Amino acid sequence: MAHAKEIRQQIRSVRSTQKITRAMEMVAASKIRRAQERLRRSAPYADGIEAVVRRLARVHPEFPHPFLVPRPVRSLGILVVSTDRGLCGGLNVNLFRLLLQEIRRARNENLPLSVGTFGNKAAVFVRRLRLDTLATASGIGDSPRLSNVIGPLKVMADAYREGRIDRLLLLGNRFVNTMVQQPVVNVLLPLHPSEEQELPAHWDYLYEPDGVRLIDTVLNRYLEARVYHALVENACCEQAARMVAMKSASENAAELINRLELAYNKARQAAITREISEIVAGAEAV
Amino acid sequence: MMRIRVQIVDPEAPLYSGEADAVFAPAELGEVGIMPRHAPLLTRLRAGEVRVRHDVGEESFFVTGGILEVQPFAVTVLADRAVRSAELDEEEARRARQRAEERLAQKAAELDIAHAEAELAEAVARLRAIERLRKIGVLK
Repeated sequence: MAHAKEIRQQIRSVRSTQKITRAMEMVAASKIRRAQERLRRSAPYADGIEAVVRRLARVHPEFPHPFLVPRPVRSLGILVVSTDRGLCGGLNVNLFRLLLQEIRRARNENLPLSVGTFGNKAAVFVRRLRLDTLATASGIGDSPRLSNVIGPLKVMADAYREGRIDRLLLLGNRFVNTMVQQPVVNVLLPLHPSEEQELPAHWDYLYEPDGVRLIDTVLNRYLEARVYHALVENACCEQAARMVAMKSASENAAELINRLELAYNKARQAAITREISEIVAGAEAV
Repeated sequence: MMRIRVQIVDPEAPLYSGEADAVFAPAELGEVGIMPRHAPLLTRLRAGEVRVRHDVGEESFFVTGGILEVQPFAVTVLADRAVRSAELDEEEARRARQRAEERLAQKAAELDIAHAEAELAEAVARLRAIERLRKIGVLK
């Protein structure tokens, strides 16, 4: 049986770990609310620009903007949205599992693959896989800004425009609720705005100054809004996953402390018993 | 009286949503005024003031650029970035103008020049908005 003093030390160290996990749990819990608020606030712009894009795609099905025209896929690009920091349960692991699936599929079809990453975790992961990385952004923090999105997205969108990739996927986590986050993959390019509602196609905008440049701007803003949304949503997922992970870590620590305390008491009792029997034996010898 | 529904949003947050009698915005080809029953219009915005006129007066917002979408009874300003004009900071705008001018003077790479020009245009628009608001007494 371990020495009482060693066990006591172990208890102390578990207890201080527990303090940290508890604190992280509470911090994450308070950050979720703000992250969700941010997610909610980004919706009006995203909805607004999507409505415009959908209408444009509808009244100008013949419009030859490269973002709107699907072409045979000979190479693939993937944008991955991950967190900067760990200690958030299986959030990134699940995402990377999905990423590996996509990579495997691309390899089976012999498609060259290039990636862009948001968040430190994804950057490290794709570096280890030795993928062709076109752009990375990390150090995004708890409140992603639109400026975080623009650089890597532009690199990937330019690659698409220049024909170096024929299809661009966006991988990120979907925030279902605090307990459930789901890795999802979406096609970012070519755009295919959903057409569930039948819009009357008999009117069109007046375009100022001209349609071509305007539509280019609109589509770029739309892409930015979608990726920004993914970043904000991922930040939400991160806090939720961290809160849950830290909660169970705190509970595990409590359980471990209980068991250690039991062992400590046993060891202490054993030491006392031994001492007494030694004293008694000594007294008898005299 | 007919009204138009106005929304001013930027990617990070909605800024204004309400009814208005008229909206004025800095379209790329010049300032436009939108009244109810305007023809559908899609245009880019320059940096400048978006003004919303309604019963109780006029509210002013500053956008750094963006897209204006007009339908007969709805106006949506999809700004790149938008703030209430009252929150504009003159000192900051002056500094931004100076920074952009210095960068232009250095004649860096072509890409930088385009960037600096955009920044300069934005800073100038900011200052112009501040000046106008001061004249009508909204800003001190």
